[in-house]
Amino acid sequence: MTFAMLKLAAASPEVLVLVGACAILMVDVFRTQEKNTKKGAEGAVLTYWLSLILLFLGAFVTFLGFGKHTGLALNGYFLKDSLGDLLKLFIYLAAFVTFVYSRDYLRERGLLTGEFFVLALFSVLGMLVLVSASSFLTVFLGLELMSLPLYALIALDRDSATASEAAMKYFVMGAIATGMLLYGMSMLYGATGSLDLGKVSEAVRHGDQKHIVLVFGLVFMVVGVAFKLGAVPFHMWLPDVYQGSPTPVTLFLSAAPKLAAFAMLLRLFMGALEPLAVEWQQMLAILAVLSMAVGNVIAVSQTNLKRMLGYSAIAHVGFLFLGMLATNPQGYSAALFYMITYSLMSLASFGVILLLSRLGFEADRVEDCKGLGERSPWFAAVMAVVMLSMAGVPPFLGFWAKWEVLRTAVDAGHVSLALVAVAFSVIGAWYYLRVIWFMYFEKAQDTAPLVPTVGMGVLLSANALALLYLGLFPSSLMAVCVLVMGAH
Amino acid sequence: MESFLFYLFSTILLVAATAVITVRHTVRAALSLVLVFFTSAALWVLLEAEFLAVTLVVVYVGAVMVLFLFVVMMIDTNTTVLREGFTKYLPLGVLVAVTMAAEMFLALGSPGFGGMAAPAPHPASYNNVAELGSILYTQYVYPFELASVILLVAIIAAIALTFRRRPGTKYQDPARQVSVRRADCVRLVQMPAARKTPAP
Repeated sequence: MTFAMLKLAAASPEVLVLVGACAILMVDVFRTQEKNTKKGAEGAVLTYWLSLILLFLGAFVTFLGFGKHTGLALNGYFLKDSLGDLLKLFIYLAAFVTFVYSRDYLRERGLLTGEFFVLALFSVLGMLVLVSASSFLTVFLGLELMSLPLYALIALDRDSATASEAAMKYFVMGAIATGMLLYGMSMLYGATGSLDLGKVSEAVRHGDQKHIVLVFGLVFMVVGVAFKLGAVPFHMWLPDVYQGSPTPVTLFLSAAPKLAAFAMLLRLFMGALEPLAVEWQQMLAILAVLSMAVGNVIAVSQTNLKRMLGYSAIAHVGFLFLGMLATNPQGYSAALFYMITYSLMSLASFGVILLLSRLGFEADRVEDCKGLGERSPWFAAVMAVVMLSMAGVPPFLGFWAKWEVLRTAVDAGHVSLALVAVAFSVIGAWYYLRVIWFMYFEKAQDTAPLVPTVGMGVLLSANALALLYLGLFPSSLMAVCVLVMGAH
Repeated sequence: MESFLFYLFSTILLVAATAVITVRHTVRAALSLVLVFFTSAALWVLLEAEFLAVTLVVVYVGAVMVLFLFVVMMIDTNTTVLREGFTKYLPLGVLVAVTMAAEMFLALGSPGFGGMAAPAPHPASYNNVAELGSILYTQYVYPFELASVILLVAIIAAIALTFRRRPGTKYQDPARQVSVRRADCVRLVQMPAARKTPAP
């Protein structure tokens, strides 16, 4: 075995992010921390800029290597393909946007410390590993590397009791989910004799093991993945964690890890367990209907905006599963398109909450949007675009995402499920539109002027305009999604 | 002989594992957990994984459980609060547990894992540690590095969550304590002699 056999070039973005994160950690350690943790102090500005540069470089390297060096690398533990590259690009983007949006909020509260960025970067590394996983071993390690920093990030604001509660809940639930996933993996390993996803797929297809053992393992894996994505009935942690975490962490949680968890769903079910598609199709169908029902109905009665968006995330996962049900490349690419769309919408929605918040005031109630139309017509328009897009109103991007998923579901013969999805989307539209109603038709309770930093204002506007632009011209993003799925 | 030992250790393991979750006394539960680790190590020896067995004893029994016992002794857990509502949830819990156990028995009890032969025993000269070392840094280098990054994250997270420099705290700097000189802390002053005032 030689060094060249590792094919390290395929994993160059991961190597870059790992080395960069360690370097940023060292830079941060050797700066004086004393003055940065006070409220209102400048904070770890150098670390912030270095983290942004690292994410940009990572994205650049991934972009240069897009679709090159494909195939297995690092002794078969790493799969490089264009699907993974696309998801990685959006993970960098989500983390980048999160950092820019969070800066002011963190600085005002004395939380703009190096640890925030270093932990988030290591979490990004875990997501990259998970996206490229080609073995149960790397799926597990990537998942842990992604989740561990998240638990710590939630608890980083130690003076907040709700944040500690959210961190504890997420940690315990995450541990149970990982346990479930591992148990399922151990069953499949016992039945097929391999940890390699490709070999598992081959062994399952030839089917000389007992079918029931495979299905038994599959059930636990579905439970583990559903926990991570927050599908009903494994959603209990999600609203509490969304509400309890500091808003920048909620923002981080709601976009990038979802993309990685979706990649895990694809690698496990589309990759390794496709021969068992008939089985997991039924399970995902139940989860999809329950998620859409519970998410949309409970979100209607929420008064906390973060919690409402949490329930909306549950409903969106239902739609995502609906796309997976078709079990053909069209369905998978529709699900991929939906996931990317959701992450863009989620970033913008929490971005507006961060914009409205200031020191001593969390704009996390739905009422806090009241009168935004008068206070700042431009950012009210931004929020309106996001809400309409989430509700699935044309011509915004969210409409096309829902449309594609419904189309593939109907094509695959799941007409009744598609009808159920449409019905619950209509219910869901109500609570999104309520936010818009509050913004334009209610008097403002809070009249403090909004002063976003230049970076945040520009990026948030670009984020909303992207939802509009991609909604008017969705074919390019859709074509990329179809392309990477077809190449798979 | 080997299967006799297997069943012996397995029985001890199961009894000890049950004890961990049933005994009232937390220290006893922790000690039962030590027994669980120890018998699992014995089972690993039976599987010819000697190095892993020794590591299990050294790391888990020797380090982790000792730390755990310290924690158990230091914090005062109020078990009555933890047991609140136990009887209320018991019927449902038992129902779920029995259903799951029955399902698992039905699914896995049948000879489902057939088709894979036991690996051939290794010759006496087989070196467990050398074999592990040679594949850990070659075949498994990627997972190995990832595991190390996870440990690094755990260190960063632990420090970030617990390290707090309070502005008002008084702390000692040993370097400055050692290099202290007489002039730093003793001041000799000249005082004029004073007559003792006689008691009235």
